[in-house]
Amino acid sequence: MNETLAFLLEQIKSVIEFHPVILKGLGMTILVSLIGIVAGGLAGFALGIGRASSYKTLSFLIGAYTDIFRGTPVLVQLFVVFFILPQAGIELDSFSAGAIALSNITACFVSEIVASGLKAVPVGQLEAALSSGLTRLQRLRLIALPQATRLIVPSLAGQFVLLVKDSSVVSAIGLLDLTRSGWIVVQSIPNGLLVFSVVGLGYFLVCYPILNWSRALEKKH
Amino acid sequence: MNLSLNFRVIGETLPDFLTGLTATVTISLAAFVGALIVGVIACAMSLQTSRYLRAPAVAYIDVIRATPLLAQLYFLYFGLPSFGLMMPEIMVGVIALSLNSGAYVSEIVRSGILAIPRGQVEAGAASGMSYLQQMRLIILPQALRTMVSPLIGQAIVLVKDSSLLSLISVLELTRAGQTLAINRFMPVEGLVTTAVCYLIIYYGLKLMAHAWGRFDQVGAKR
Repeated sequence: MNETLAFLLEQIKSVIEFHPVILKGLGMTILVSLIGIVAGGLAGFALGIGRASSYKTLSFLIGAYTDIFRGTPVLVQLFVVFFILPQAGIELDSFSAGAIALSNITACFVSEIVASGLKAVPVGQLEAALSSGLTRLQRLRLIALPQATRLIVPSLAGQFVLLVKDSSVVSAIGLLDLTRSGWIVVQSIPNGLLVFSVVGLGYFLVCYPILNWSRALEKKH
Repeated sequence: MNLSLNFRVIGETLPDFLTGLTATVTISLAAFVGALIVGVIACAMSLQTSRYLRAPAVAYIDVIRATPLLAQLYFLYFGLPSFGLMMPEIMVGVIALSLNSGAYVSEIVRSGILAIPRGQVEAGAASGMSYLQQMRLIILPQALRTMVSPLIGQAIVLVKDSSLLSLISVLELTRAGQTLAINRFMPVEGLVTTAVCYLIIYYGLKLMAHAWGRFDQVGAKR
């Protein structure tokens, strides 16, 4: 028993020795997730406004576009960006490919969330805005968006958690994120339970507070 | 280099894709059944008053929800052998998917049960029903209705998530596409065909959810 314990302690020590790789991976996970939430969030708001608008064709096209990405795995989308775009003459390193794929899928999910938030704003509010002489843009900016945003913050937070977790697929194209760092460490320290517990802990520390915050907000509503 | 599709190659490799599609559907179905079992148990535990039953269930749900499936998959894939547990990759994948989806299923079941007004349960208790009778005759018939749509939603997520199994070299849809894309240098054919297969499953499940929604509404009006 003592020998097993000593062996485990030895392994824990070697995992700790690998901390630069793991921390670098964690940093990359946070970086691509932040890019995804900023770029994908902004694009998603724009798409969502179009989706909820009264222009039928625009709304349909955005719906069809987002549906294609909501219906396929992120991993496949990442492969499409990484392997197909170069054929069209757009050379991408794995970091750019990951950032593009993650921003795009986030935009698609955020678009639906924003659109449903905008549709949930009471009609009376919009009519009141119209009768007070606000322009369409003013109505959107001053009446609809602020109320919709308040409604959708919990869902957006949940989406961010989903993004951080989805970002783990970038390890498949060789980007050194948190999952990839675990993959590297496990080659030298053959204790998958230990190594991926550490990796899991890294994700947990990022995701759990956001998840809790999102839940608390949901309860408040 | 052009982006046009070489349909001859797609035709030639179609059997591979059909094998992959069958594998993806089989894996998803098996994992969905697993997730239902795990989810119902976790939910039942999380609704108990005893802390010793509740705490492990809540911890399980939180840990699963706050970590990526890929890390969970690698945890089992690299971790189980250190216990001397050797099993085929596909088994590891189905277990990981079941445990992952189980946590989400448990949340769906939980909110379905909690949505039933307390008064009904109390009325059941007052009419002398046992706990199991209340569950069977009052709560479940109503709760199950509300669970169907979110469960189909979870099935959609599960099918997409199963693509990660390609990374532990399980031969399914994504792996089939990857093989054509990387080994035969035909990324457009390989990945577009893969995506189309996933979209067929996606729209099939979406149609099911839609049909259920209409059926449910008609039932409610009666």
